[in-house]
Amino acid sequence: MNRRHFLGQMGLFSVGAIAATHSPQWIAQALTPNNNRPRLVVIFLRGAVDGLSIVAPYRETGYYEARPKIAIPQPAQGQSLLDLDGQFGLHPALADLLPLWKQRNLAFVHACGSSDDTRSHFDAQDYMESGTPGIKKTPDGWMNRLMAVLSGHNPIQALNVGQATPRILTGRMAVATLASGRKSTAALPLDRPKVSAAFDRLYSNNDALSQTYREGQAARQALLSDLKDPELEQKMANNGAASPYGFAKDAQRVAQVMARDSRVQLAFMALGGWDTHVNQGSANGQLARNLQQLGRGIVALQQGLGPVYANTTILVMSEFGRTVHENGNGGTDHGHGNAMWVLGGGVRGGKVYGEWPGLATAQLYQGRDLAVTTDFRDVVATVLGDRFGLDGAQLSQVFPRFQPSQRLTIV
Amino acid sequence: MKRFSQPLGLSLLLWLVVLIPSHAATPINPKILHVLNRLSLGPKPGDVERVQQMGVERYIQQQLDPNSIPEPASLRTQLQSLETLSMSPVALAQEFGRPKQKADTKATIEERKAYREKLRQVTEEAVQARLLRATASPRQLEEVMVDFWFNHFNVFANKGQDRLWVGAYEQQAIRPHVFGRFRDLLGATAHHPAMLFYLDNWQNTDPNSPGARGRFKGLNENYARELMELHTLGVNGGYTQKDVVTLAKILTGWTIQQRPNAKNPSLQGFRFDPKRHDFSPKVFLGKTIQGKGEAEGEEALDRLAASPATARHISFRLAQYFVADKPPEALVNRLAQNYLSTGGNFKDLLKTLFSSAEFQDPKFYQAKFKTPYQYVLSAVRATGIEVRNVRPLYTTLQQLGMPLYGCQSPDGYKNTKEAWLNPDAMTRRLSFATALASGRIPLSAVPTEALGRRAARQDRSQGSMIATALDPMQLTQTLGNGFSLKTQQAIANNPPALQSALLLGSPEFMHR
Repeated sequence: MNRRHFLGQMGLFSVGAIAATHSPQWIAQALTPNNNRPRLVVIFLRGAVDGLSIVAPYRETGYYEARPKIAIPQPAQGQSLLDLDGQFGLHPALADLLPLWKQRNLAFVHACGSSDDTRSHFDAQDYMESGTPGIKKTPDGWMNRLMAVLSGHNPIQALNVGQATPRILTGRMAVATLASGRKSTAALPLDRPKVSAAFDRLYSNNDALSQTYREGQAARQALLSDLKDPELEQKMANNGAASPYGFAKDAQRVAQVMARDSRVQLAFMALGGWDTHVNQGSANGQLARNLQQLGRGIVALQQGLGPVYANTTILVMSEFGRTVHENGNGGTDHGHGNAMWVLGGGVRGGKVYGEWPGLATAQLYQGRDLAVTTDFRDVVATVLGDRFGLDGAQLSQVFPRFQPSQRLTIV
Repeated sequence: MKRFSQPLGLSLLLWLVVLIPSHAATPINPKILHVLNRLSLGPKPGDVERVQQMGVERYIQQQLDPNSIPEPASLRTQLQSLETLSMSPVALAQEFGRPKQKADTKATIEERKAYREKLRQVTEEAVQARLLRATASPRQLEEVMVDFWFNHFNVFANKGQDRLWVGAYEQQAIRPHVFGRFRDLLGATAHHPAMLFYLDNWQNTDPNSPGARGRFKGLNENYARELMELHTLGVNGGYTQKDVVTLAKILTGWTIQQRPNAKNPSLQGFRFDPKRHDFSPKVFLGKTIQGKGEAEGEEALDRLAASPATARHISFRLAQYFVADKPPEALVNRLAQNYLSTGGNFKDLLKTLFSSAEFQDPKFYQAKFKTPYQYVLSAVRATGIEVRNVRPLYTTLQQLGMPLYGCQSPDGYKNTKEAWLNPDAMTRRLSFATALASGRIPLSAVPTEALGRRAARQDRSQGSMIATALDPMQLTQTLGNGFSLKTQQAIANNPPALQSALLLGSPEFMHR
């Protein structure tokens, strides 16, 4: 409890620190009416995270029987789960997120996943990003199709953190790129005024290349300007809210851009290292360390978004879950159902959604995995319908050939 | 390349040269540029002059017969130093595969690190071989065809075991056949462990067979579907879902041989497992195939390769790659006829293509927007730098969204403008062009692990060739001077390094 108290204090402290560094211009931008536009941040955990360790069903004896080494002890036994609702417990490494749960800003959908049961990372990620499980040839990703049905198109409407455009953002709509890590604002040769002036002259016509060039320059300049304010970043870092880890830094940058610039409506980040076949650990260990990073990043994102957080939904997803039984190496193998996270200002949180299928052998999918009772597209479609106001026709553009089977009351 | 100390004088000179083409000894025939743009990964210094001298027809003939073109000794030496390049799939798996752990023991962190390090060597050597050849080989059409066919029969290096095999796949299944026959290429890809693994056929098993157990439980249609849809007949090639299932049954038991044994001493990594095969007679594409084991698969491949739908699909893809994103229908038809009458002979097919009125039609000159691969390699080739360190190119390709051997989906990378023209790509391409033109990309540094950075720094501090800005005059000459007035005007009156950047970043150079 000491630890949580301490973190809570740090959280408060850092909010104060941000407020103190508000420049008038920042406030002016933040208060523009456009801030009511809905935003979506998707965080993809590549490698299949073990959802049964994140939202652990601690009332089920099956959970402890199947995982003698890696199950996390029931709440209130020290190094133990943080009770969520009397049924499920949160991994202690995610203690940073407990305040959001208590404020009813954080929800989980358990036993959630894809309608396709492939256990290949490669195929499962592909399906979850194309939004068409079982169909390989879909040319574009669902977030790019989402851009197409939204209004207010602009060069930084969707932001990808990383290098190559991920499958989920691939498509005909232009996507802005924010390099990960310190390189995000590293100068490119084209940033030099003399160089860009020369290319401006070369690409001053109205042909496709010239237009695309100008879109690229506009996106780059908007992002650089949104990120320009080393003082703010420094202060946040020094005050302890920011973690030294890369993901939290990236999350902070994304938050900064979104808070300052209402043109950015969608963002995508991916985080790897979840394929814990060996030495997964329990309350401590490999998975715990990664979850702590993730939790800090989400807190950095939530705090950095400031007033925009109220209109933002954050989804955390992974291609599939992991086996219910631990393997011979203190790890878990590729499974099926998982827990999806939904956070944000408009989320009806503090609740674990989804029909819980149970962990008794007869209840498992193919006798080994948590079954899927909620299609991940049902969750996304609910968010897009309720927060983005998409109608049925628009939703079927984002998720073609998908009939929503249930409407969650999650947002 | 020398450093020019008089930028003003130079820009004036360039201005004169580009505005008055007659200043050059002979005006460059645009057809020469066109042929170099399409049959190679872009002209190197001297290429334009060489083709001018030998004539376009002879150049094409020579490129179609790569063995007639000697490989430079320096390239051969570089390739010979890549140990894993000539290894068989089985040897690769034995040497570099995941070490078998005894029960109850875990690999230590050091062991796992060592394993990953070794594995990295294999993929890196594949990348080196490809990029060194692409930049330096005079057998350029061969490199172009490798790019084309690798994408047609794509495998993905980051899917498990394929890390080990992606280089071997190119070396053994693709390269030997790019001037051969389609059926041979198809067969080579179908048997290669890289493809068997990538599209899961190695697990494809008749559920009622004696070998159906463990991970080999049932049919896996993945490969069968892509084999028809992507590799042969094409998406509207007249097959049904039933044909997909039947073809999957035909291919049951086509699997990977991890290590040689007395029964199967082959090192190529393919094995037919009769215990997992469905021996029942089948009706495939309207005709009966008798149950006879491995030969069923060969018969199916024969029929697929000989199908008019395949002829059309392959012809369309070639015409799209070499002529225009939307290739002329008449050309596709003519190529398809040629394919059928020659039994899918690539040399004939390419001859027909290159001598076609459509290929030679000036309206298609520079009609293709370069893929990142084509853009990066053509830029490096234009500089004339002898590449010894491919790592910066590998990284640039990643940044441009086209990592080498990194296309996840089985349809391979596209080569259309729609697929590659996007805002971030422009920013990144122009930044790459600027860095390359300023001489700050350490391509000629020795790529030794420990020495790489230091050598590059030393080279820079000593002001040696790699830190020298590219000479725009030379670049203009290399590229055959085919720049529009608009481009010429935008380029003039800039310092030399920037002029070179603008040439490499020009709309003309973005196209081929």
